[in-house]
Amino acid sequence: MSIFEDITAIQNIIYIVASILFISGIKMLGKEDTAVKGNFLSAFAMFIAVLVTIVFIVDPVILLGGILLGAIIGSTIALKVKMTSIPEMVALFNGFGGLATFLIAWSEYNSIPDNYFQYLLVMVTIYIGGVTFTGSLIAYGKLSEKLKVAKTSIVTKIFTTIFYGSILFLIFSILQPLLPALGFNFFTVLLAITLLGGIGFVLPIGGGDMPVVISLLNSFSGIAAAFAGLLLLNNVLIVAGSLVGASGLILTVIMAKAMNRSINNILFVGYASASKASSSEEQGEVSPINVADAFLILESASSVLIIPGYGMAVAQAQHVVRELGELLEENGTEVKYGIHPVAGRMPGHMNVLLAEANVPYDVLAEPDDVNPIMDSVDVAVVIGANDVVNPSATEEPGSPIYGMPIVEVHNAKTVFVLKRSMSSGFAGVQNPLFFKQNTRMLFGDAKESIGGLVSEFKD
Amino acid sequence: MEIYALLGFVLILSIYLGLELISKVPSTLHTPLMSGANAISGIALVGALVLSTDSNLQSAIAFLAVLFASINVFGGYLVTNRMLKMFKKK
Repeated sequence: MSIFEDITAIQNIIYIVASILFISGIKMLGKEDTAVKGNFLSAFAMFIAVLVTIVFIVDPVILLGGILLGAIIGSTIALKVKMTSIPEMVALFNGFGGLATFLIAWSEYNSIPDNYFQYLLVMVTIYIGGVTFTGSLIAYGKLSEKLKVAKTSIVTKIFTTIFYGSILFLIFSILQPLLPALGFNFFTVLLAITLLGGIGFVLPIGGGDMPVVISLLNSFSGIAAAFAGLLLLNNVLIVAGSLVGASGLILTVIMAKAMNRSINNILFVGYASASKASSSEEQGEVSPINVADAFLILESASSVLIIPGYGMAVAQAQHVVRELGELLEENGTEVKYGIHPVAGRMPGHMNVLLAEANVPYDVLAEPDDVNPIMDSVDVAVVIGANDVVNPSATEEPGSPIYGMPIVEVHNAKTVFVLKRSMSSGFAGVQNPLFFKQNTRMLFGDAKESIGGLVSEFKD
Repeated sequence: MEIYALLGFVLILSIYLGLELISKVPSTLHTPLMSGANAISGIALVGALVLSTDSNLQSAIAFLAVLFASINVFGGYLVTNRMLKMFKKK
C-alpha cells in the first residue's frame, strides 16, 4: 500500500516538473533564437509525463501497442509530408488530439460519473473534442483542396443547421439528469450529432478565413484536453491543455485583427453579406507589362519589396522567388519581403514557404515595418496577393475591408502585380490598386513570370 | 467538490499564464508556435493511458484514444522540429 502511495507522490511531482517544462518550452517557442530548444523542452516534458504514467498502466499490451502504432504513423506522416502541405497536416494532427479527448470523455461516461459536475464535464469535453475532430478534418479537406463545397450549396446549409441543432442538443444533454427519464438513448445521439455538428461548424467558412479557423480549432483541442484533465483530476493535463488553449486564442485574435473583423463575423457571417455595402465598381485603364520590360525596371531599381500571397503558394513559386531575390541582391538591389499576417491559408503560411525556399527570416518584414518607408521603395512586386494590398482598406470608408491593416504598396514608386486574371480576391472586392498610375500588371502564372525574370537576369 | 475548486484555480491560472507568455510572437513563428502548441495538446495521451479497459468496448475506446493521441504527439513534435530547422538567419 505504502509503495503505491509513494509512486503516486512521485508521479505528481513529475507532473509538476513536466508542467514547468511545458511552460518554459512554449515561452521559448515564441522567440526565434530559442524556438528549437523550446520545442525540444516541451517534447521532453511530454516524454517524462507519459513515462511516469505508464507505471500505473492497467493493460500494457493494448496501450503500449497503441503508442507504438501511433508513433509509427505520426512519425511517418511528419517526415514524409512536403513542407507545402504543412497547413493541412497541422489541421489533421489537431483533429486527432480532439478525437483522443472525445474518446476519453466517452470512456469516462461509461464508467458512470460520480456526481453532476463530472457529468457536466463529460458532456462539454465530448462536445469540444468531437467538434475539434470533425471540424479539423473539414479544415484538412479544404486546405488540401480535396473538399470543395460552396457556401451556398444545400449540403452546407443542412450541416450548418445540424451544427446549431447540436448546440441545443448539448444543452439538453447537460440538463438531462434533471428531466424525467427518456425513451431513447440520448448519449448515442449526442456522440453522433456532435461529430456531424463539427462538420457544419467549419464547412461554411471560406478558404481565406482558414487562418482564423485553424487557430481556433487549435485552441479548442487545448481546452478539451484541459477539461479532460479536470475530469481525470490530472494537473499536467490541465496546465498543458490551458497553455495550448491560450496560445490558440492569441493567434485567433491576431488573425482576426489582421483582417479587421470580429471573430463572430468570420465564423458566422462571412464576407458575402458585408460586401453588399460596396459601391466601388470603379474601372479604369489597366497597364499591362511584359517580362522584358519588367526586367529593365527591376534591373535599375535600388530597392525592391516582394509581397507574396496565396497565389505564390498555389503556383509553388517560392523557389524562383528566392532565386530572383538573390539575383537582385547580386545586382546591388536591396530586397525585402513584406509579409501580411493573414496572407495564405494559415498563420505564418508565407513565412514557412519562404523558409522552405531558404529565404533568411531577417529579410522578412511585417506591414508596420515596411509601410513607413514605402515611398522609398522603387518597385513593389505583388505575387498572388490581393486583399492584403487593397488600398480601399485605407482610402474608401464604404468598402467591406475598410480599416483592415494592409501592406501599402500603392505608395511605392512602381508596383508590379503578378496575377493570372483580373478576378477579385477572397473578399470579393474590386482592387483599385490595379488601376493606379504607378501599377503595372504582369499577367500569367506567377512561377512562369518570375522564372522569366530570373532567366533575363542570367542572360 | 473541493478538488474541483482547486483544479479550476489551476486551470484559470494556466490560461492567464499562457496569455501572458505568448502575447507578442513575431509573425515568423506563428506556424511553428501553432504546430508546437498542437503537439502539446497531445498531452491527452496521459489521460488516455489511465482509461479503464474493463470491457471490450472500453478497451477499444482506450486503444483508439492512445493511438490518436500518440499520432498527435509524435507527428506534431516532428513536424514542428522540421519546420523550425528551415528558419535561419543570413
